[in-house]
Amino acid sequence: MAKKFRKGGVHPPENKSTRNLPCETFPLPEVAVIPLSQHIGAPSVACVEVGQTVVVGQLIGRSGGFVSAGVHSSVSGRVTAVGDVTDIRGMRTPAVMIEVEGDTWLDTVDRSEEIVHECDLAPEEIVARVAEAGVVGMGGATFPTHVKLSPPPNTKADTLIINGAECEPYITCDHRLMVERSREIVVGATIASRALGVERTVIAVEANKPDAIEALRLAAAGRVEVAELRTRYPQGGEKQLIEAVTGRRVPSGGLPIAVGAVVQNVGTAVAVYEAVQKRKPLIERRLTVTGSGVARGGNFAVRIGTPFEKLIDHCGGLRDDQIKIISGGPMMGYATGNMQSPVTKGTTGILALSGSEARRRPETSCIKCAKCVSVCPMGLEPYLLIKLVRLGRAADAEPRAILDCIECGSCAYTCPASLPLLDFIRTGKRTVAQLKRERDAK
Amino acid sequence: MLLDSTLLYTVLILCAVGVIAAALLYVVAQRFRVEEDERIDVVAAKLPGANCGGCGSAGCRNFAEKLVASEDLAGLFCPVGGAATMKDVADYLGRAPVEKAPQTAVVRCGGSCAKRPHTNLYDGAASCAMSAMLYGGQTGCIFGCLGGGDCAAACNFDALSMNALTGLPEVDQTRCTACGACAKACPKLLIELRNKGFRDRRVYVSCRNKDKGGVARKSCAAACIGCGKCVKACAFEAIALADNLAYIDSNKCRLCRKCVAECPTGAIVETGFPALKQTKDG
Repeated sequence: MAKKFRKGGVHPPENKSTRNLPCETFPLPEVAVIPLSQHIGAPSVACVEVGQTVVVGQLIGRSGGFVSAGVHSSVSGRVTAVGDVTDIRGMRTPAVMIEVEGDTWLDTVDRSEEIVHECDLAPEEIVARVAEAGVVGMGGATFPTHVKLSPPPNTKADTLIINGAECEPYITCDHRLMVERSREIVVGATIASRALGVERTVIAVEANKPDAIEALRLAAAGRVEVAELRTRYPQGGEKQLIEAVTGRRVPSGGLPIAVGAVVQNVGTAVAVYEAVQKRKPLIERRLTVTGSGVARGGNFAVRIGTPFEKLIDHCGGLRDDQIKIISGGPMMGYATGNMQSPVTKGTTGILALSGSEARRRPETSCIKCAKCVSVCPMGLEPYLLIKLVRLGRAADAEPRAILDCIECGSCAYTCPASLPLLDFIRTGKRTVAQLKRERDAK
Repeated sequence: MLLDSTLLYTVLILCAVGVIAAALLYVVAQRFRVEEDERIDVVAAKLPGANCGGCGSAGCRNFAEKLVASEDLAGLFCPVGGAATMKDVADYLGRAPVEKAPQTAVVRCGGSCAKRPHTNLYDGAASCAMSAMLYGGQTGCIFGCLGGGDCAAACNFDALSMNALTGLPEVDQTRCTACGACAKACPKLLIELRNKGFRDRRVYVSCRNKDKGGVARKSCAAACIGCGKCVKACAFEAIALADNLAYIDSNKCRLCRKCVAECPTGAIVETGFPALKQTKDG
């Protein structure tokens, strides 16, 4: 029996129609818009000027602190503007705009296809190279990888889990990555485990990707473990994955390192491999374009900064004008009204939903069926949390562990009354976090 | 006889219990009496009793306690009762009354459905706080009204309502007490408490868009584009321009309305003025 986290979870229709489509290299855009804040933490600071010529891999945004990451040019050409652009949320965010001319790369980048297996660098050197390349978590959360690879002094990691669960419906880019670049993933995993000094390295994949598991087992050749997990959303959640693989449970409010585990996405493993062995900064990522709203789907390796519109046009355009465009998967993705949004380091997919799929059902009364309670992987009581938040009593939701919510959306997905559970829990989380900050400040 | 004695005992016992309880209560009341300034009750009775929290206190009684404890009433003002109530209270307490011009809530967004085209459709829970957390809004303007009605829901005096035609909230200033609940509820900080003005006449910039002129104009036809024409037109230096946005200081404004005529987008709004007389030319 394949492993799974203990509590809750749902199994939405997988809809992974693009799973067998090999990853295509997406053509270069005419203009790349590269946001300077593509990661969690301090935004990076632009270090190029308008009119300057840049090459692929050149640093254009300096890391703005320890929890931050550098941003590199994904194209070669001329900088046309450094200023605010509209991001996927419709908000303004600083970015560098580059008009593409040719495809000239930085000399230091090794662009050969050959796989470099050996790595005898010291852990500090590995972390430095990863930081230099601006690698962040590729699963969508975009936490700077070099921070994760250097745990705080009084903690020790003993297990590294490479996350290949890809539990989000529709999205298949990690699946294709595992099939096509399994050897790089294994090398990346061993490099990351060398940096952390862990005893155990596990690549965890959901059972609905047998070809990926086979490819990884073949590539791993016993050097790292490959674990098969039961298909269950949100298996790819950090805390859920740790529980499924090691049986340890991250304490409420704690970080994975508290139980000696570090989780990295398979895409991050490849980025670490490229950063350390090939000196290639993070300038492109794989993503899936799919959904009933586009004519055809596909998996693409896309340069960071390519606008969504280009990808959608490449896939045959939108079917009609009432389409919901989601950056990421249907469960945790972000609906956007801005087709010009650029692909960033955390864009796992572009999902175009049409018709009734795209719309919410009207809300009815809670029938106290407790389905939300049984599916919550964190063991919370969503129906109660939403009630408290709606009554303006978010403070009372704090002892009910509202901050533990991982925002997976299983509760809202399963609710027969279509209550906007996650929406209110999110607002409640924000209020509680604010109260907590005020309390700490005192 | 039996019936009579039962009745008698019952009455006597009840009386005895009553007397003992009364004595006990008296002793307890004396022993554990809370010493309180009796003026608090009087002041609380003078306050409106709306418990709206507009003064910053937790209800009217809490405010009364603060008033009695205060030396000079500095910083204490009941927006609902206004100057009259404050004068009454100050006279009773024998202190100098606090002067403050009467205020009203003003919505600083003119982006009605007609002037601000929708760029996307929001079908999440109807709450401004929520949609503001998620994204910039249904239009190109990220500073404007989200139309979720959080302000109307926050109003205790039925003074705010959402206009279905414009999609914007409207203030009924006869009911508005300037308690500020709506201003706190608006995530976009669009509601300002402004001086009511002479005969309820006000001139203000009904926009908070800080985008550059072109961007602002593209997203909303009624946006302040930060052109600065109003600043030049104003003879009293009442208008300041910052971050591509003009702001009229209601303490300096003399209501001449020159700026209203100058504004190319109509972002400067006048209220309470009598309708202009028709000239011969029409």
